[in-house]
Amino acid sequence: MNTVPSSTFFSAPPDWGWLIVFYFFFGGLAGGCYFLAVLIDFFGRDEDRPLARLGYYISFPCILISGLLLTLDLQRPLRFWHMLIESNTYRPIFKYWSPMSVGSWALLLFGIFALLSFLGALVEDNRLAWPAGRKIRPPTMLGRMIGLIGGIFGFYVAGYTGVLLAVTNRPIWSDTPLLGMLFVVSAASISAALMILLAQRSRWTMPGLVALHRIDTWVVALEFLVLIGVMISLGPVFRAWLNAWGLLLFFGVIVVGMLIPLALYWRREWLGDRNVTTAATLVLVGGFILRLLIVFSAQGV
Amino acid sequence: MPEPMGFYTDTTVCIGCKACEVACKEWNQLPSTNGGLNTLSGDSYDNTRKLDGIHWRHVKFIEQFTEDRKDGRWLLMSDVCKHCVNAPCLEVCPTGAIVRTEFDTVVIQSDTCNGCRDCISACPFGVIETNPVSGIAQKCTLCYDRLQVGMEPACSKACPTDSIQFGTIKELRETANQRVAQLQKAGESRAYLYGADEKMLGGLNSFYLLVDKPEVYGLPPDPKMPTRNLASGSWFSLLGAVLVGLMGVINFRNRGARVEGREEQP
Repeated sequence: MNTVPSSTFFSAPPDWGWLIVFYFFFGGLAGGCYFLAVLIDFFGRDEDRPLARLGYYISFPCILISGLLLTLDLQRPLRFWHMLIESNTYRPIFKYWSPMSVGSWALLLFGIFALLSFLGALVEDNRLAWPAGRKIRPPTMLGRMIGLIGGIFGFYVAGYTGVLLAVTNRPIWSDTPLLGMLFVVSAASISAALMILLAQRSRWTMPGLVALHRIDTWVVALEFLVLIGVMISLGPVFRAWLNAWGLLLFFGVIVVGMLIPLALYWRREWLGDRNVTTAATLVLVGGFILRLLIVFSAQGV
Repeated sequence: MPEPMGFYTDTTVCIGCKACEVACKEWNQLPSTNGGLNTLSGDSYDNTRKLDGIHWRHVKFIEQFTEDRKDGRWLLMSDVCKHCVNAPCLEVCPTGAIVRTEFDTVVIQSDTCNGCRDCISACPFGVIETNPVSGIAQKCTLCYDRLQVGMEPACSKACPTDSIQFGTIKELRETANQRVAQLQKAGESRAYLYGADEKMLGGLNSFYLLVDKPEVYGLPPDPKMPTRNLASGSWFSLLGAVLVGLMGVINFRNRGARVEGREEQP
C-alpha cells in the first residue's frame, strides 16, 4: 500500500450489508413517492388525485419497512432509541452535523407525516370511516401544510443517505460530494417508475400519469448526468471501480437501468403495450443495483 | 482539570515483542481468539493483522527486503487509536456514545453504543470495529479506568524498550522532538513525527516517530474530518431536489395541454 489515490483508503468498512441496501431502496421509494404525491396534490388536477393517493399508499409502508430494516441492522437493536434519546440523561440527542443523527429524527417525523397522508388517502377513498380525515387532505390549509412539511422531510429521507455516506472516510463514498444528489434523483426515478407500474396495473388513464412518464424520462436522463458527474468527481479513486463492480455499474445501472428505459420511454412503439411497464421495471432494477453497488463496492476496497 | 495525556510511540526502538498487545488484552479482558477462531497469518510474524473490536493494540511488522533478500530491514510499529483532538468518530456518533474525557482522550461508552457502525467508516485510521462478543463498536480507551486512579496505561507500562511512552502531550512532544534531532544527527535523516502537531486533525494524542512514508506503515498521509463533505453534499442534494421539483411542476402543470396536442395516452 505504498501508493494510494486517497487518504480514505486506510479506513475500515462498517459492514453495512443487504439490510442497508434494502433500506436505501425502500427509503428512497418512501421519500420519492411522497414528494411526487405532494407535487401532484399541489400542481395536478382533480382527476389526478388517485395518483397522489397511490404515492401516499406506497410511502407509509415503505417508511415502516425502512425503520424496521435500520433497527435490525443495529448490532444492539433494542438500543434503537439511543438514536433519539441520550441513554444516560434521557434527554433528546440531536447533532445537526451528523447525517445519521438528523436522519434518525427525519425518519421519525417523516413517518408521522406519511401516516397522516396515508390515513387521509384512505378516508378520501372511502376505505376508512373517519370524518375528520378529510381535513388532512389538500386542498384544505391543514392538508397543504402536512403535504408541504412532509414533502420536505420526504426529500430529506430520500437524499440524506447519500450525504451520510459522503460524511465518512471510506473510499468512493467520501471522495465525491454528489452521492446525496444522485440518491435524491434516483429516488425520484424509482418512485415515478413504481407509481407508473402500479397505475398501469389498475389501467388508469388520468392525464397525470402521462406527466409522470415524462417526469421519469427527464429524471432518468438527469440521473445519468449526475452519475457521470460522480465518476468524474471521483478522480483517481475511480480506479476502485475498474473491476467487476465497474461492469455491474456499466451494464446493470447505466445500460439496464438508464439507457434502455430512456430508449423505451422515447420509442413507445417498440414493445407496444408493454413498453412503459418494461421501462419502469428496468428503472426499478437499475435503482436497486445502483444502491447495492455503492454500498458494497466501497466496502470491498 | 488534568493536562491532555497520550502516547508517543518511537517506532525505531520497537522490537515486535507484542508485550503491549498482551497487556492490553489482559487488562481490558479482551478475548485472545475471535469466537474460538485462532488463525495464523501464514506469511508474517504478525498474526493480529489489524486493529479491531478485540485488538486494541496491534504491532505491525513491515518487511522491506530486496528481491534476493540480501539487504533489508524490519519496520515495527505498535499501532493504537490516535485519540485525535478533532476526532472523526466522535463527530459522527449519533448516540453520544463517543465522548472526550478529562484527559483529552476519546472513549466509547459501552452502555450507550447501539452498534450503528457510523464511527467505523468515519475513522480515517481504521481503528474501530465491532466487538463480536459485546456487539458494539470498541477501541482503545487509553486505559481510562487506570488513568482515573493515577495509573499508567497497561501497554506502555509493559513495553520493555520504551517504544510506547505515556505522559502529558506537552512533555511527550518535547521528548519526541529531541529524539528526532538525535536520530538526524546520527545520520537517520528520514526520521520525523507523524501527528505531533495541530495540522493533523487538530493533533493526534497518540503520535509516532516514523522513518518512512506514512503509507508504508498503513497510515493515511492526509487524514481528514468526515464533515468536510457535509455542506457541499447537502447543497448538491438540494439542487437535485429543486431540479426534480421543477420537472414535476412543469410536467404536472402542462400535461393537460400536451395530452390534447399530442393525443398522448399512457
